[in-house]
Amino acid sequence: MKAASPTAPDDLARRLLARLRPGPDDRLTAGVTLALVAVALGVSALLLTMNGASPSASLSAIWTGSLANTAGWTTTLLNAAPLLLVAVGACICASAGTFSIGQEGQVLIGGLVGAWVGLRLAVPGPALVVVVMAAAAVGGGAWAALSALMYRFRGVNVVVSTLLMTFLAIQLVTFAVSTPWLQESAQGSSGIADAQSNPLPAGALLSGFGQYPSLQLNAGLFLALLAAVGVALVLTRSRWGFRVRMVGLNPLTAKHTGVRVAALGGFTLALSGAFAGLAGGLLLASPVSPNRLQPGLSDNVGWDGLLVALVARNRPLIAIPVAFGFAVLRAGGDFLSATGVPYYLVDIVKALLVLAFVAPPVLVGLFRGRRGAAPPTPSPLSVVPIKTKAAA
Amino acid sequence: MSVLDSTSTILASGVRLTVPLAFAACGEYLAQRAGAMNISVEAMMLGAAFTSVATASATGSATTGLAVGVLTGLVVGFVHGNLSHRAQINTFVVGLVLSALALGLTSYLITTKQFASHQVGTLSIPLLRDIPLIGAPLFSVRWPAYLLILLVPLTWWLVQRSRWGLELRAVGENPQAADVAGIKVNARRRQALLWCGALAGLGGAYLAVGEVGSFNQNMTAGRGYLVIAAVIFGAWRLGRTLLGCLVFGLADAMRLALPALGVTLNPQLLVAAPYLLALLAMLLFAGQHREPAALGRPFLRGST
Repeated sequence: MKAASPTAPDDLARRLLARLRPGPDDRLTAGVTLALVAVALGVSALLLTMNGASPSASLSAIWTGSLANTAGWTTTLLNAAPLLLVAVGACICASAGTFSIGQEGQVLIGGLVGAWVGLRLAVPGPALVVVVMAAAAVGGGAWAALSALMYRFRGVNVVVSTLLMTFLAIQLVTFAVSTPWLQESAQGSSGIADAQSNPLPAGALLSGFGQYPSLQLNAGLFLALLAAVGVALVLTRSRWGFRVRMVGLNPLTAKHTGVRVAALGGFTLALSGAFAGLAGGLLLASPVSPNRLQPGLSDNVGWDGLLVALVARNRPLIAIPVAFGFAVLRAGGDFLSATGVPYYLVDIVKALLVLAFVAPPVLVGLFRGRRGAAPPTPSPLSVVPIKTKAAA
Repeated sequence: MSVLDSTSTILASGVRLTVPLAFAACGEYLAQRAGAMNISVEAMMLGAAFTSVATASATGSATTGLAVGVLTGLVVGFVHGNLSHRAQINTFVVGLVLSALALGLTSYLITTKQFASHQVGTLSIPLLRDIPLIGAPLFSVRWPAYLLILLVPLTWWLVQRSRWGLELRAVGENPQAADVAGIKVNARRRQALLWCGALAGLGGAYLAVGEVGSFNQNMTAGRGYLVIAAVIFGAWRLGRTLLGCLVFGLADAMRLALPALGVTLNPQLLVAAPYLLALLAMLLFAGQHREPAALGRPFLRGST
């Protein structure tokens, strides 16, 4: 009874263990990543000099705007909180194998529902901020749940539907802020000067959290950190998290072990939307923002949060430093653009850095054992259907 | 202005807005039939729009600009294809990052230099242009628009009638079976993306050196995503896809023209309409197996 199957159990075990200890592949990947990051930064520097700016001066401007003083730190941390929340949400649904790109829209809808509740609901005092945040989360979650339902019942591709719904969300918010829904005093019908909602009442704003000398922090940052740590623990330590990851790694196995794959996949999608919506609430109620719903409220936080999750390879704890890095670029970029260098440079740097971080593992895999070395384990980056075609 | 005149004006503006969509939609249609969900059409169009204007400004020839625009689309298609169908990075990630990169790069580069304005010429067809209502909109346009007469049937023939296209559709429907039959699945998808890149590049360049004559920051403004919506709206048939482009183009023209005509219709509704229509089309057509079965799924030999 020898060699019943070509893949003996110990061979399988060896392969699985090989992923745990750092092998030559990991070092190679790190090397390639560093090289690509260097290339990305080199290209950025080249672009800077094309614009007649000095790379070193620009670097120091980014440093001054983001980390050199407490004002910079405040801006950076304020930027980091919503990014981290969006990224954590993206980690959840990607763990279940569902890839969604609708975070930008979910952030906006979160802000929309939060603003509506904040302006219309007469909840006394500090309880209002909790209600606004909850409403924002529910709004973002419901928006994502629409995509989940369309997939569950009509088989509509999640990536495409979340993309299309993002464009709908943008128009919905633009429409909402120009109507009496969110404006008690609609000033004229010009629609240009008044394309924003009324300001939220003071009770709906996030208050400071703790005392820090000249550093202004609010509850949002701690909420985001808590979410990252909490989700990391739930995903890796709880029974529910195990099921989620099983759905992501092998939906068929999960189905055979009794997991309701479709329901769980859809629920994680809605949950990720709720995190994005919460980020929208955070942007709305942040003490330094205008505290009004504006079409530009999301400010690409949804797209950037998605990129954070990609670079962090869908691990919520890794997302913390990555979100911080992105926030440094955002805060520093704002400061840099004040010196005359267009902010778009930061967008280029971000995109190049994401490529530099996403590409190396697959490139290394491509150049190494092209023959059977890597078993086709679905990486969290591959699109695994919630519901397989055969089961439909 | 008579009703006929204003209708003709809206029609003309609609056709102008449709042509770039139609070029790109032909390419996207072919790519999606191969199973390659190409989100980087926006990058192809925007990149091509920029390089065509830059080239036209440097050489003084709008036609050279058009050619370089096509080349730019090809390059983006090549990069996208190799990253997502050779290196197997998630195709949606690649598309989004490339689109973000194109938006950032073009917005940045346009601030570094001033470009002179160049436009390709208008070609009026004698007799036909005098037909009332549709004469001027259809037969008095920038000359590259007439390339559609060539490229639409060519795309249709490539997909539906050529051996290459038969294999292409097999790759989109059942890559495992196609692989067993000896078709190089990922190579075929990369080829499809090249065709898509060339046509989307032509669309973007047409917008820049054809209609507008210069480059504005984010001048495609999501038209690439609209093209994806058009292919979905068209239920992966070329004719309906082009019809979708026309509907979207006319909606865009209405949005621009209605205030001038004194009609108050919500502009957000018209902007959102294409995306809403595409979603509704997906909801309606779902379950009828119109979508290429392997659309957006990476192909790895040995995996199911």
